Amino acid sequence: MKRAFAFAAGLLACASALPAAAQNIAMTGVTVATGDGSDPIENGAVVVENGRVVYAGPAAGMPQTAMPPMEAEPGTWVTPGLVATVTNLGLWDVGAVSESNDVRAGGSPFSAALDAAPIVNPASQHIAIHRAAGVTRAATVTSASSSIFGGQGAIIDLAADPQAVTRARAFQTVSLGESGARLAGGSRASAHALLRNALREASEFGSDARIPGIRSRPAEHGVGDDVPLDPRLVDNRAERGDDVLLSRFDAAALVPVVRGEQPLYVMVERASDIRSVLALRQEFANLALVLVGASEGWLVASDIAAAGVPVIADGLDDLPQGFEELAATQSNIGRMVKAGVTVAINAAAMENPRNLNQYAGNLVALSRIPGADGLSWGQAFAAITSVPARISGLGGQAGVLAPGAAGDVVVWDGDPLEVGAMPTRVYIDGVEQPLENHQSRLRDRYRDLDESDLPKAYDW
Amino acid sequence: MKRYALFACAAAFAMAGCSTTGSADDASDADWTAPVGEDGNAPFSSTYERYPGRPTALVGATVYDGAGNRIDNGTVLFRDGEVVGVGDASLDTSGFDVLDGSGKFVTPGIIDIHSHLGDYPTPSVDAHSDGNEATSPTTPEVWAEHSVWPQDPGFTRALANGGVTALQILPGSANLMGGRSVTLKNVPARTVQGMKFPGAPYGFKMACGENPKRVYGNRGRMPSTRMGNFAVNRQTWLDARAYDGKKRDLAKETLKGVLDGEILVHNHCYRADEMALVMDMAKEMGYKVSAFHHAVEAYKIGDLLRENDVCSAIWADWYGFKMEAYDGILENAAFLQREGACVVIHSDSAQDIQRLNQEAAKAQAAGRRLGIDISDATVIGWITLNAARAMGIDDMTGSLEPGKMADVVLWNGDPLSVYSRPEKVWIDGALLYDALDRKRRPVSDFELGQPGEGDVK
Repeated sequence: MKRAFAFAAGLLACASALPAAAQNIAMTGVTVATGDGSDPIENGAVVVENGRVVYAGPAAGMPQTAMPPMEAEPGTWVTPGLVATVTNLGLWDVGAVSESNDVRAGGSPFSAALDAAPIVNPASQHIAIHRAAGVTRAATVTSASSSIFGGQGAIIDLAADPQAVTRARAFQTVSLGESGARLAGGSRASAHALLRNALREASEFGSDARIPGIRSRPAEHGVGDDVPLDPRLVDNRAERGDDVLLSRFDAAALVPVVRGEQPLYVMVERASDIRSVLALRQEFANLALVLVGASEGWLVASDIAAAGVPVIADGLDDLPQGFEELAATQSNIGRMVKAGVTVAINAAAMENPRNLNQYAGNLVALSRIPGADGLSWGQAFAAITSVPARISGLGGQAGVLAPGAAGDVVVWDGDPLEVGAMPTRVYIDGVEQPLENHQSRLRDRYRDLDESDLPKAYDW
Repeated sequence: MKRYALFACAAAFAMAGCSTTGSADDASDADWTAPVGEDGNAPFSSTYERYPGRPTALVGATVYDGAGNRIDNGTVLFRDGEVVGVGDASLDTSGFDVLDGSGKFVTPGIIDIHSHLGDYPTPSVDAHSDGNEATSPTTPEVWAEHSVWPQDPGFTRALANGGVTALQILPGSANLMGGRSVTLKNVPARTVQGMKFPGAPYGFKMACGENPKRVYGNRGRMPSTRMGNFAVNRQTWLDARAYDGKKRDLAKETLKGVLDGEILVHNHCYRADEMALVMDMAKEMGYKVSAFHHAVEAYKIGDLLRENDVCSAIWADWYGFKMEAYDGILENAAFLQREGACVVIHSDSAQDIQRLNQEAAKAQAAGRRLGIDISDATVIGWITLNAARAMGIDDMTGSLEPGKMADVVLWNGDPLSVYSRPEKVWIDGALLYDALDRKRRPVSDFELGQPGEGDVK
């Protein structure tokens, strides 16, 4: 049984060597989830033109198109691409093969100055594998290892083209709590002293070096970068005292943080640590804080909500992994959302980010357990699409199917939050993406074990 | 204290006469018996006894029996700790508390063949790091049960969120021979003996590949290569075969148990080519591998694994974290099933043990996309009876059959859906988790008086 399904646009037929171009897409008779927190729309429609969404809603309201009808399997869903934050996609090939892994730099003289943008590899297998799993955009960043600062993360798209980074230096990361304390020399007190000193040094350095603020930028930047100037490279001379801890490069990197022009992602778990982070704004009023991890966030949910600080929370952590997570529960996100906190599911807190939809589905399941707090389907899906997009500075542009948003469209073989759901087509900025990768090639080779004619090595 | 006789094959070096498959028939059971203590008992014997339960009839639910069968509108009866009836709606339920399972599903208790709960417990602080005796590449003398902390909160999560009723706790994989595993009932207890699965055989943890050669190679000692891994293993087996049992030797006693087929080998191994070599080593030395664990490349040798009757205990989708995991694919389980090889889905994770049903469903879906249709009832077997079989407890649990332990999960929906959770879990007929009763959930000593005590978690 196939339902009629209008699929417009001409380029679909030619998967030739033409340069990738945005396609006009129209689909109807499918279940549409827009990602904005609303419930899925049965018998919905989506229209994308010139790389941007034109319509997403009930089929009845679809604008007129002159598209040739196409067939869709019953049960097809259409959604925005998933948005994964925080990840290290494109920064490593094999975790335990250190030569191939740029996530940590324990021996680096730099910390805050580290920048993921120039080292993202768009040809990474992990990008290809996650593209095939419906992830279309991600935040990627190095991990804190030589200091409490992990460096500056990039926003990337997962398209099969050489340009992955859509926003360089989109955020800074700092590790507090148990892990930050170890990096700082052994205690939380040291981590807090390091953080405050660094922000003060950056503040002084920013004015002494006359690093211009965000509003001084001379011209539009092609990739939508809202921190266009790399303050590390400003050549103004500024005398610095003898007792500074930060290198000039690290201090300069923190200038946009202390000014609130670049969000500061704070890795923290314990309730009291979260309160201390929120209190930082009494000393550094402009900080644009984002909490990452926040396993005990539900204990301080009203404080987080009142502070207006978004959270990228570990989705299903429910064990006292450390003493900073004693109160961890799968209800954490549901309780924070109930209290009015903006919460995305942290892609770093799972085996790999392609499990984002499984994690979101689990939060829906939780809503049926007495005493637990889960999410509605729409809320859960938003926590892996529009909410992480908004936190990543892509509000309205990605993670939603709404007029004007990027044409990041995923066609699924079923309910995308159900285990085992997989995309059948993925578009990024309206461009249909290849779904092949190392894993799919192995899958194709080993569909059988027949070597009667030639070894498997010839099967490709 | 019993003494043991000379192992028959030890002197006769010719392979032909020796047990090469390790099947129950040709294992020379009579030649050697594991020593008992001065009190005449096996050391560290199980003290577990089932808790009281009500005679219960689950009716109206969809039943997956773990052995590959599905019964719609089924009935499951248990009493005095045992399953006493499984069938359709016509089964007589008089004398039983009848529980309406309409719209719900019943499965055997979930079994995790690969867990480190208790020996790498949470909080995962150094003081709790008891899973790897990484001071020698072969430590057959260590027993995982001596590292298990029964207060690990992870046991409670595996019960409540995962429906796990039995699990094998393994030593880690730093060593070629990591030591004995222990199989537990997932019943809270003050001692590990209070959790030990009565009558379960011991397992023996082995590891090939990167871990042993890295751990010991980095210390400038053997093994530092894969060929070194095999050399150390083979010499250790040869020495064990020559063991006459006159002077007690804990390491040799374990190896002897393996050679006699009384202790089951669970071999951490990722790469297909290495698994093939291990199976040949087992033939050379006269033991059998019960299951390869992790086995991300098992799909490349499904035929060999079937012919050798070795299970693959695998993840649904882990890949890429180390070189030997680079070729992990979602279709691993489905391709093995296609070849008729034994599939077990395992966790190796305090998180994933709470979702083995979902991991199995992901692996099933990967096959379905290629036209390999594996029934839901078969897939439930991956996390119940197949695991029990590879652990040697399948005559006691792992499926819903009269006479077996009443280890049962009532799910609030299809267990292969992300939207379902265990509603009730019975172990030996005792209700040990009930999502609808706030107090019918275990809380570890560690969590008392701490934030979140007794939360739904």
